This record gives sequence, structure tokens and C-alpha cells, in this order.
Amino acid sequence: MTLCLSAATYRYAGARRNALDAVDLELSAGTVLGVVGPNEAGKSTLCLVASGLAPVVVAGQLGGSVTIDGRETIEMRPHELAQRCGILFQNSQAQLSGTAATVFEELAFGPRNLGLPLPTVIERVESSLDALGIAALADRDPSRLSGGQAQLVALAAILALRPDFLILDEPTSQLDPQGTRLVGAALRRLARESRTAILVVEHKTALLDRLADRVVVLDEGRVVREGPTADVLGDPALLEHGVEPPPRVRVRSALAAAGLGTPAETDLLVAELAT
Amino acid sequence: MIAVDVRGVAYTYPSGVRALDGVDLAIGPGETLAIIGQNGSGKSTLVRHLNGLLRPTEGTVRIDGRDIAGERVARLAATVGLAFQDPDRQIFAGKVRTEVAFGPRNLGLRGAELDRRVAEALEIVGLADAADENPYDLGYSRRKLLSIASVLAMRTPIVVLDEPTTGQDLRGVARVRAIVAALASERRTVIAISHDMRFVAETFRRVVVMRAGRIVLDGTPAEVFAAGNWPVLAETYLEPPLAARVGARLGVGSTPTEASLVEALAARGT
Repeated sequence: MTLCLSAATYRYAGARRNALDAVDLELSAGTVLGVVGPNEAGKSTLCLVASGLAPVVVAGQLGGSVTIDGRETIEMRPHELAQRCGILFQNSQAQLSGTAATVFEELAFGPRNLGLPLPTVIERVESSLDALGIAALADRDPSRLSGGQAQLVALAAILALRPDFLILDEPTSQLDPQGTRLVGAALRRLARESRTAILVVEHKTALLDRLADRVVVLDEGRVVREGPTADVLGDPALLEHGVEPPPRVRVRSALAAAGLGTPAETDLLVAELAT
Repeated sequence: MIAVDVRGVAYTYPSGVRALDGVDLAIGPGETLAIIGQNGSGKSTLVRHLNGLLRPTEGTVRIDGRDIAGERVARLAATVGLAFQDPDRQIFAGKVRTEVAFGPRNLGLRGAELDRRVAEALEIVGLADAADENPYDLGYSRRKLLSIASVLAMRTPIVVLDEPTTGQDLRGVARVRAIVAALASERRTVIAISHDMRFVAETFRRVVVMRAGRIVLDGTPAEVFAAGNWPVLAETYLEPPLAARVGARLGVGSTPTEASLVEALAARGT
């Protein structure tokens, strides 16, 4: 089960330059791929292209190919694609249906459209609410949630669809540290236990440090670095691409730069306190 | 003179949720203050009281010494600028330039003076090259900066930023930090809500921690993130920055930023 981008290039209708430029990427079952990069690097475009929404829904021109298990996504029917691949937009409030009176109904909207039997719908809604620790929001009006709550509800709604591939555009941007940790734990479980393939765009490198198996650095539409999480996030070159290294890396290099402590001592201490 | 004086403010939403439960907060001109706390602790509800978007169920809000209970939002807009958490709830114009001009135009500015205000605000947030673009052609992070520019263009003595670093990269965060410092140097008051502890510790001189509609900690970053307060922070599900944890372990006092950690260790002569 693999989602594959080969030399994927994307230019929005009317734009003067490519938002994505010859991107090669592989997302396979049970793995979490982190994506980092400066503003306007093409991270959100990557999400739209990987999920097949661009160019089908978002106008533009796609070069190269995007395939799921060898099949071109542009040849798949929208409903077929939607069942394989779920996407969480950066602005999650925009994602809520606007038709549901309660959070519970909002989460049931997707599974019901899949034609699932009612007991299954209920089971999926309840387990998604529990996974993100928001069971208490079930009876709330989705249009009257705080930014962070709306983000968790939008994510739970995607989880209830149980897609094979999950594309998340800054899923914790509006969450407090506890919410961020909860989402991290839920995603890790999803990858391990349900073998979901997860692509997650994040500025919070501390979260990716704990969550991702591999990390891709995107800059000006191109993949400039790709590798195991510890290697990529520990690379001092990250700063040149406008990406903040995780706290453990920053604190360690601050101490080293000031000539304080032996490297091994500092490493041990920082590693211990950072977990 | 006190810029913002919140006394015994409580607020209950029509749904029955008591979002603020007796808040006292006095903020001086030129002060920079960050409000932190978990989602739903009342941070956004509190700042919406400062420009009259919400009116307290109990207590009073004074801005520059005036009780604002009877004041209209349009009038308060000249004193308190608020950049929303979600820029898309704020942006409505078809052009970046028009969006930023809306506020100062409503204050009565026209012609060259208006153009200057707009150009200046766009320059500060780094969007000068995007003046003629449609806001919705900009990525989220730049829309967020646009919403901040719209507030800066009003030149209000009090500026409130609701999660200004959401979606910003390293350079974007540095830019927001510079904006806060520039506003403070003009003796303008800056109040920001944030979940980004590093940004908070490095940018603001005062930090307020909220929990369940109340203020539970109030002090400098070094005071608030000091080891003695960690249990209180834990109750609100907040963690001190890593630099503070390393500093406490090494016994060099409260070091909420990496710079202060290095300084403290250097002073100890390790």
C-alpha cells in the first residue's frame, strides 16, 4: 500500500512559477512522514497534490505522476479517492460541514456517506472522539467551538473515515501543548496499529522529533533534504531553510557554542530532559 | 496611567459556559504581555473584552482610565486593535492593499496619509511585494501576517494579537518578535495569546497563565517558568521551555530562554 509522487510538479492556474517542482516522495503503510519547510515552500500544495484534490478540485497543472498502489490518482473517481485518502486542511474550521447540529453528527457525516450501517457509524464516531480525548464535546454545536477544539473535531472527522492514507496540514497549529501531545500519540497509534500511512506537515519540530519515521525538507517547491528523522532534524543546515530545529538540538548547540560542558554530558542531559 | 484595567471580570456565554471567572489584570503603556493556558481556558474570551466585542457579565473593563461599558466597538477600534486567531474571519477585501486600508479609512484617513499608513504596515510584516494581490492567493502564514498588518495600520495604542505565530516559520516568528519589540519601543501596549512557549519566553516581559477562566500565575518569564511554578503549569497542562528544565537541573536558577541558560552557565564558570 503506497502513495507515490514521481517528479510531481504543480502550477496553480494563473501562477507564474511552480508551487511544486519535481517532487519524488513515497508514503507507505504504517509510516509517518514529516514535512517541514519555510512559509510558501509548497507544503500545503504538496498536501493538495498528494491527496488528489489538486488538480481535480483546485485548478492548476500537474506534471509527473501521483499514484496509489500504482494507479494514477487523477484517473480515480472522487469518492473512490476520498475513501483511500483523507486530508486535514490547514484552516480546519473551513473543513467542518456546517450542516451538523452537534459534534457527534459532524463526525457521523462522513461514515454515513460511506453507507455504513448505523452501529458501525456510532462505533467509529465514539472511537474517534476518544482517540483525541474530546468525548466531552460530542453534544456541542460545531460552529461554537474554540480554534483548538474545532481543529480536533475536524481531525476526528477524518479519523472516523478510517482512510489508508492520511494527509495532515499542520494538524496542531491551534492546539495547546497537551492537545499537541494527544494528537501525536493518536497518530503514532494509528500508524502502528492500523497501519495507516501518514504525511504530516508541521512547524513544531519537537512533535515530529517524537512522531515521524522520516522527514522531508521542502524549500521553494523542491525536496532539499530527506532522511530518518534524527538525521534531518539534527542537521544544522535546517536553519538555512528557515526551519527551527527541535528544542533538544537548539539547547545542545547553544551550550556547545558557549563552550559549556562536554558534548557527551550535554547530550545525555538534554536527551533525558527533552523526552 | 494604566492602559488596560480589568477588574473582577466574569463572563458566561449564552450556552451557560462560564469562560471567565473573576479576572483582575492591570497592564501599563508599553508593556508586553503574553497570555498562555490550555485551549478553552478563557484567553480569547478575555481579549475580546478589551475592544468591546464581548461585554462582561460581571466586573468592569477600563481602557486608558475610561470604563468602556457604554462605548461602541467602532469607537474603541481607534484605541484597541485586535488581530484574530483565524485570519479568514477577518479578511474580506479583494486586494491586500484595500484590506489594510479599511481600518485607517474608517478612522477618517484619506489620500497620501492613508497610502503611507498602508505601505508602512505592509512593509513591517513583509508583504510590501503583495500589495496588489488577492488575499486568498496568499498562503495561510502570509494571510496571518496580513491580518496583523491591518491592525498595525490603525496605529492603536493597544495591540492585541491572538496566536500571532500560528503557521509561521522561523523567519515569520522572528518578524512577529520584531513587531512586538518595535511597538513596545513606541510605548504601545502589546498583548498576545500564544501556545509557543519559546516565543513567549523570548519576546514578552510579562507572562500571565490562565486556567478555567482565572489568572493563576503572573510575572516575568523567569518568574513564571521558575521550577517552583512547574506544578501550577502542569495543572494547566503547560510545560516550561526545555532551557528552563536544563537550567533547573544544573542548578543555575530560572533560565526560560536558551540565551539566559548560556548566560547563567557562563556566569557560574562551568
